[in-house]
Amino acid sequence: MSRIEKRFAQLKADKRAGLVTYITAGDPDAEISYQILKGLPGAGADLIELGMPFTDPMADGPSIQLAGQRALKAGMTVDKTFDMVRRFRKETGDNDTPILLMGYYNLIYQRGAERFCKDAAAAGVDGFILVDLPPEEADELKPHAAANGLDTVLLTAPTTDDKRLPAVLKFASGFVYFVSVLGITGTKSATEEAVRTHVERIKRHTKLPVGVGFGIRTPEQAAAVARHADAAVVGTAIIDHVKAGLDDKGKAKPELVPGVFAYIKALADGVRGVRKA
Amino acid sequence: MPTTPNSFRTGPDERGHYGIFGGRYVAETLMPLILELEQAYNEAKADPQFQGELKYLLTQYAGRPSPLYYAERFTKKLGGAKVYFKRDELNHTGSHKINNVLGQVLLAKRMGKTRVIAETGAGQHGVATATACALFDIPCVVFMGSVDVDRQAPNVARMKMLGAEVRPVKAGAATLKDAMNEALRDWVATCETTFYCIGTVAGPHPYPAMVRDFQCVIGEEVRKQMMEAEGRLPDTLVACIGGGSNAMGLFHPFLDDASVRIIGVEAAGRGLDTEEHAASLTGGRPGVLHGNRTYLLQDKEGQITEAHSISAGLDYPGIGPEHSWLKEQGRVEYVSATDDEAVEAFQVLCKLEGIIPALESSHAVAYTMKIAPTLPKDNLLVMNLSGRGDKDVPQIAARLGIQIR
Repeated sequence: MSRIEKRFAQLKADKRAGLVTYITAGDPDAEISYQILKGLPGAGADLIELGMPFTDPMADGPSIQLAGQRALKAGMTVDKTFDMVRRFRKETGDNDTPILLMGYYNLIYQRGAERFCKDAAAAGVDGFILVDLPPEEADELKPHAAANGLDTVLLTAPTTDDKRLPAVLKFASGFVYFVSVLGITGTKSATEEAVRTHVERIKRHTKLPVGVGFGIRTPEQAAAVARHADAAVVGTAIIDHVKAGLDDKGKAKPELVPGVFAYIKALADGVRGVRKA
Repeated sequence: MPTTPNSFRTGPDERGHYGIFGGRYVAETLMPLILELEQAYNEAKADPQFQGELKYLLTQYAGRPSPLYYAERFTKKLGGAKVYFKRDELNHTGSHKINNVLGQVLLAKRMGKTRVIAETGAGQHGVATATACALFDIPCVVFMGSVDVDRQAPNVARMKMLGAEVRPVKAGAATLKDAMNEALRDWVATCETTFYCIGTVAGPHPYPAMVRDFQCVIGEEVRKQMMEAEGRLPDTLVACIGGGSNAMGLFHPFLDDASVRIIGVEAAGRGLDTEEHAASLTGGRPGVLHGNRTYLLQDKEGQITEAHSISAGLDYPGIGPEHSWLKEQGRVEYVSATDDEAVEAFQVLCKLEGIIPALESSHAVAYTMKIAPTLPKDNLLVMNLSGRGDKDVPQIAARLGIQIR
């Protein structure tokens, strides 16, 4: 059983949904970013998405675009991202919280899918969410991911109809990520009714847990998603709290890290307040 | 031993791959729409009514066929190959871009889309798209890097006059790559009603093949015109390359004619030995961006690096995937010309032939000036004069210090 499978099994036993938190690796710099990563489980994150900064994040809104630019400017690299994960596993002793790398395929392709998967697994990574790698192009990565025990979380969208869903799910493992709105990250939010309808539809096709993301900003929205899905994913709103903790020169103010944790705790309270059958 | 394919014209495969290049690297939200587009395009391609309508517009509205002109003074000055210009700069809207746009906007109408978006660098594709959208009464939004908005101001004014909304993009280096990112972001949010009209032979499948098909009218006309003028095929073809649509349109119909030497000219900016150029085939390596795998300018990690060219239309760190494949097959030679060489060629063409070329096409002129003198006098060289330079007049006048009064 992978860490991701174990975590969702535990959430089911606890009769609640999970909270998935996204941060951009290296934003605003490697050290502060690590301090945030280290404290995420304590603040209430059940799974962690670690964004790999990329120059051309075509599916991201302004908040995550700028976070990526801050990280790249501060010298973030793929190796340093792996180092963050390695240090997290070693220093916290947390061997249960899944960490997924999120980003764009070119960084993997340049290292080579095989070597990237080996390096990621060795660092303590559990899987990938790759925005620009639909199932049609995933066969280059999938065998190496599987050989290294890495899950490939595929995205489904409101445009992914019943006819297409099986083709997407064939390559999916860990969980299914439902992008709840048409658009880029952090712009609009789905209604609870739309989330419910789509999650039910996806669950008719798969036994995998379903996580829902894009546009979740408040504990109330997170709770609404938790009523229907197995996990709520929050990204942009967390990045906005990182940004709010920066001074005029882009340096982290002392209240940055605690501010991010306080916000995540509120989200977690929202998610944990929903009792599941 | 690498084998030579029986034909260079059969690609892509059913998944949109040219060898390892091409493909569909897009967000899942867009995948169903791209599959729908592919199906709609295949149906349109086989529909005589669609083809008839396109042919009518190309002839009566855009002014095709464009002339194949023997540039006698230019030829004599160079003292080598007999140089012909394919005069695609005489098309309505001033470049080859209209060939593709009329096809795509007709397709958008056929698919029932109610809004069209486009990215543009030099503004030629933006102007062509704004034009077709005015003609077909469809709302049009053009994304353009804010640096390009400044350096191609006449085209911005034209787009606005034609009723299009121009959205300046400030991200990154604020040039063509960033405009394409922003167009893709818009499309993810609006894909159910919006048609994305890509201006070059790049992006996710089916765009590279579709844009190529619409541009092949250039090469097909040259074939016929050269037979009429000289009774045989040309020996040498030259075209400039940013994304590579005018070049692909000229080259593709000749790829299987082994006697035809084919040369694509990339923008070498301030020189290939600097980091300020846009020659992705010469200075880049394969990577994944904007929906396809192709040669890209990038660092060791795979972060995309900024391109540089004096010409906004060539200022892009990638290239169409079929060009990447043709490079690796060795069928097409890819060379380059610098900013300075392009500006020099621009002036030569103005004074020798009375033609003001676009800065993009000036790169093809520059390489023609280099290679023609080395070729025999009976070598028939066709250079694609893909755009006119009206849009570049203020920029070049300032650079050359031309006094108005």
